[in-house]
Amino acid sequence: MSQTTTEKPTTSLVSVEIMGKPQRVPHGITVLQAMWYSGHELIRGVGCLGGTCGACGIVYRTKDNFELRNGLGCQTLVQDGMSFSMIPHFAPARASYQMAELADPKEALFELYPEAARCVNCNACNRVCPQGIDVRGSVWCAVFGNFDQVAELTMSCNSCGLCVVRCPADMAPNLIALYARRAHGVHELKPPKRVTDRIAEINAGSYGTEWTKLQKMGDQELAKYCTDYPKPSAVK
Amino acid sequence: MEAKRAGRLAQTPALLADDARKALLSTHHPDYRADAYRTLKIGPNAGDRTVKELAELLEAGSALSEPLNARHADTPLTPHEKVDVLIIGGGGAGAAAALEAKAAGANVLLATKLRLGDANTVMAEGGMQAAVNPDDSPIRHFADTLKGGHFKNDRTLLKILVEEGPSAVLWLMKLGVLFDRDEEGNLKLRSGGGTSTARLLACRDYTGLELMRVLKDEVLNQKIRTLEFSPAIELLSGPDGACTGAVLKDFDSDRRIVVQAKIVILATGGSGRLHIQRFPTSNHFGATGDGLALAYRLGAKLLYIDTFQYHPTGSVYPEPMSGLLVTEALRSAGAQLVNAPGDRFVSELETRDVVASAVIRECQEGRGVATPGGRTGVWLDIPVVDELHGEGTIEKRFPNMMRLFSRYGIDIRKEPVLVYPTLHYQNGGVQVDPQGQATVKNLLVAGEASGGLHGRNRLMGNSLLDIIVFGRRAGQHAATMAMSVEWGATTLGHLKAFEAARANAGITSDLISPMLFPDYVRKVEKATA
Ligand SMILES: Cc1cc2nc3c(=O)[nH]c(=O)nc-3n(C[C@H](O)[C@H](O)[C@H](O)COP(=O)(O)OP(=O)(O)OC[C@H]3O[C@@H](n4cnc5c(N)ncnc54)[C@H](O)[C@@H]3O)c2cc1C
Ligand code: SF4
Ligand code: SF4
Ligand code: FES
Repeated sequence: MSQTTTEKPTTSLVSVEIMGKPQRVPHGITVLQAMWYSGHELIRGVGCLGGTCGACGIVYRTKDNFELRNGLGCQTLVQDGMSFSMIPHFAPARASYQMAELADPKEALFELYPEAARCVNCNACNRVCPQGIDVRGSVWCAVFGNFDQVAELTMSCNSCGLCVVRCPADMAPNLIALYARRAHGVHELKPPKRVTDRIAEINAGSYGTEWTKLQKMGDQELAKYCTDYPKPSAVK
Repeated sequence: MEAKRAGRLAQTPALLADDARKALLSTHHPDYRADAYRTLKIGPNAGDRTVKELAELLEAGSALSEPLNARHADTPLTPHEKVDVLIIGGGGAGAAAALEAKAAGANVLLATKLRLGDANTVMAEGGMQAAVNPDDSPIRHFADTLKGGHFKNDRTLLKILVEEGPSAVLWLMKLGVLFDRDEEGNLKLRSGGGTSTARLLACRDYTGLELMRVLKDEVLNQKIRTLEFSPAIELLSGPDGACTGAVLKDFDSDRRIVVQAKIVILATGGSGRLHIQRFPTSNHFGATGDGLALAYRLGAKLLYIDTFQYHPTGSVYPEPMSGLLVTEALRSAGAQLVNAPGDRFVSELETRDVVASAVIRECQEGRGVATPGGRTGVWLDIPVVDELHGEGTIEKRFPNMMRLFSRYGIDIRKEPVLVYPTLHYQNGGVQVDPQGQATVKNLLVAGEASGGLHGRNRLMGNSLLDIIVFGRRAGQHAATMAMSVEWGATTLGHLKAFEAARANAGITSDLISPMLFPDYVRKVEKATA
């Protein structure tokens, strides 16, 4: 993926159509690499090149198949007879909120994203999601206020927005999920005691004497100290 | 490879003794390849060594060098924007800085090259270190990290990192970041290379994605102004050499946007896309070391720019995945490195530089496996993880890895994958103090663009903690400074001095930095008529 620059010329080429124009590109490369190969400079539509940033949505069709599919350009390999275009970015309606100040995040969902309740169960989102998320399920979990389940279902969402493109109810399931996930973390989970205890310990200066000792050490002494630092099992 | 698996399970390669480790590094680590390096001729690090790819960029001209000849460099450019704090770079460090600066009341503008969040941060899989377990302590975290960094870490910075680690975790949780927890609600911790106890917090193998999408959402909710697709191409300076803003390039209109700022925070991340020594990389498309070039021209001192982290397990097959990271957490979970004859050759728990050197040694000495794409690698036996921890472990803990490989028909629960070191992290960067202050006045730097904290080798999971702890600190400090700093003249005075130094040293290259993007567009030779 990163080695386009040094890639050896490949003998086997395939025929594809990029934004309607026929091109011959090497077999075995991704759609984004095919864009580069055919001379396109990319600024939009490329980000991580590793399937996690969601910048590279594409729409494509394979040979002799009328079905229009979506995918990630950095993760989809070209095939002979394929036709593809990058999907220009468009911004779905995004709600703005002060998460910590919401009195009832479950109710607030319907003010912020009223369209969440309009799901017609068409399943288009599930079919399109490149991450294999049960998107429709996550929307319903959000509507029913089961934010913990939304979190469970949508950890891998990269916000590519392909579900938004497909949703006949004009909603952005990824933004609804993000809202629900954050609400779950902020309003439904307690910070673990071990974390707050450790912070209190540090603030109380519990490690002060040890630090003073360390700060006085010369390089060699400190190196030895670190190297010999006892394994946890050896500490009381 | 499979045939010897049972036998291998019983083997545990011992950790190398100090001398053996040093010998391995000096013979096989890319940082020790003398011909890959050269000495810098000009700038604050003149006389220091760095890799040739970076040296060229540090000594390159600026996109603004040209009009400079026509114009008087001391005449201030007319600002289009005036802000207290300009943040350059929209990854985790930039977003954390923006949130804190805004919370402290500063007028903030965040400019970034791609979209907000298209960054190395979003790609981090393995986790984030923080000493929160009862059997752990900030001191232990300090000792582990110092050992990992070959004792070259800036100790003042490191002490802050480990002491503020737990509060950084709490800050993230209060924003809604969902770290993995156990049944009792405690954070689930993993161990990683170089950690003497389980200290890695994770969000499955999507840790960076979870952090970044929450931070991005919050930046938008706090109505922090962001300019996407608008990279910085030059910094601005006042008569005293202080940083006074930056020139951005609007990719859409090609227009230059002059931003006058009291404080500039550089958070431009790493440099994997320079493909140093022709290595593939795990980094995002915009990781071209821009911040180093920008800061260097302005006179900021850099640290440890002679050392890079080559992650031992970059994918080499299938070809489109080459360079992509195979997370270290798999090795922590028991996945084994195996050479072509089917033997283990290094303890998987050595630090990254040692493991990477061992993989390179195996391949150079003929014990590697060749790929159809012309690369060489060794096996990473992932199915062992399920054998050790029970079926379903890989699926549950590494869904991202499973998905990425399954797109090419590889089931990592059943098959090993081929790996070779990939260029992963910029260990060094701009020298900073605990507030993120560089050696140039009113210029702060945070995150991977800064150097010193990690010494000569960063431990897994310390970078995510770094960007939160020091991103926040830089944001807070910038807001405080902005209350007393006066607006400075927005000139290119430093550039005039830099061009003079170039001429003096006989540097004639017409290369322009920052690079902004690697050039992957195929060049077809023009037919000569
Ligand atoms: C694949 C991968 C896995 C990793 N896994 C882990 C892990 O498990 N744990 C861990 O602790 N660390 C991990 N790291 C390292 C860690 O993710 C990064 O070091 C860290 O996120 C860097 O954050 P940052 O904000 O400094 O830079 P980035 O997140 O890279 O952000 C920099 C931003 O600046 C922008 N930019 C660049 N140049 C310019 C310019 N000229 N003008 C304007 N904007 C610009 C970039 O486009 C980007 O948006 C991993 C890194 C990678 C690549
Ligand atoms: S849920 Fe929607 S935005 Fe998220 S990954 Fe799936 S298709 Fe993309
Ligand atoms: S695409 Fe929209 S309407 Fe259809 S199932 Fe998904 S959320 Fe519901
Ligand atoms: S470029 Fe990030 S998902 Fe494709």
